[in-house]
Amino acid sequence: MERQKVLVLYLTSSALDARVIGWAQYDGSNQQKHMAGDSQTPPYTSGLEALQDGWRLIQASPLLSHTPGSEFKTDYLKYEFFFEKLVSVNGSANAD
Amino acid sequence: MLINSMDMAHFVARGFLRLDAVVPREINQAFLAALNLLEADRQALPASHLSKLMELEIIPEVPPGTKLEKVYVTGSPLDRMLKLPEVSGAIESLIGKDPVFDHHFLHLAFPEAAFKNNPERHVSQHLHQDSTIDPRKTFDIQVFYFPHAVTAVMGGTRFLPGSHFRIVSEAAISRYQNILGQESVVCPAGSVLIMHMGMWHGAGLNQSEHLRTLFKIRLCPTEHQERLWDCTDLTQDHFRQHPTFWTRNQKKDPVQQVLMKQEPWYEADTGRLELMNRIRCWRLLLGDAGFDIDYWLTRIENEIK
Repeated sequence: MERQKVLVLYLTSSALDARVIGWAQYDGSNQQKHMAGDSQTPPYTSGLEALQDGWRLIQASPLLSHTPGSEFKTDYLKYEFFFEKLVSVNGSANAD
Repeated sequence: MLINSMDMAHFVARGFLRLDAVVPREINQAFLAALNLLEADRQALPASHLSKLMELEIIPEVPPGTKLEKVYVTGSPLDRMLKLPEVSGAIESLIGKDPVFDHHFLHLAFPEAAFKNNPERHVSQHLHQDSTIDPRKTFDIQVFYFPHAVTAVMGGTRFLPGSHFRIVSEAAISRYQNILGQESVVCPAGSVLIMHMGMWHGAGLNQSEHLRTLFKIRLCPTEHQERLWDCTDLTQDHFRQHPTFWTRNQKKDPVQQVLMKQEPWYEADTGRLELMNRIRCWRLLLGDAGFDIDYWLTRIENEIK
């Protein structure tokens, strides 16, 4: 049986080797409990570092054209990258 | 006691003002004593406890739009807290002399023991922006009153400085667990935090053995928010454009420096947009549509027709 661990990293630009400014983790294997405000230090300094540690990239924010009239609007974190690891229920990570 | 231009610039840049230990002990104690339910009335479950407090009518039910001066009984702890010179001066500096009440709420964060029957509910609150999508230039404020000391393990309000100009839809940002630069309130008793309505925030996890109490009041202006603070300290230098990028360590006007200091979580490109948001807000507050810093707005407004 495998379960999915999800890591979401928010970077300073669209480059995967850009600096991490935000992060979230969701653990389908129930080995670790994560929640809002649970850490002050990012798990990786860049998206590339997460790849090097065995995380598989499964989604990246697209680069969108700017809607006329909204070119300068700021809202959600712009450069969001979803990663996964598959973990067996006995605890060993298959992606490692 | 109006705030000065450095404090006003701090509010515009970072979205909050912090007034530590400004509320005297007697007011804090009176407020907490009124909330201290009798042993027989104490409820085992957090939701029941809050319902019981509502039934007791300790905190008034008030329709939105009521003038602030009519919300709290004269001499009551909340009335006295709001009339302290530091608190009333900050409110007047931000939203004027005649604000109206939007709503208020008592936020209680219970310790782990209160969740023994459903421990999965002992979690921090997701990050969110209050109310709903709000693209106005006029801003409301939220007064957070901490009547007792908040230690790090008590999980004081978590907030993200500099997030207040981001136009998002309330809980849509709940996916973001941690962001560089996030802060959690740790403060002495009687502290007041005044936030811009757009600040991203959430309650922290209370890992202490004590109940954590926060009272929040949202207030709205009824007048243009123009030069309401003590802006007599602004010098001519503040209104001057200074060389940018290629500079020889030239000292910028200190108020401009505060307005142009970026947060550690800003993206490379949107950080510049946040500086522009601040300049637009500062223009409104000054009543000076031509004001600029580092040419950010003048450059894109130079449309030759």
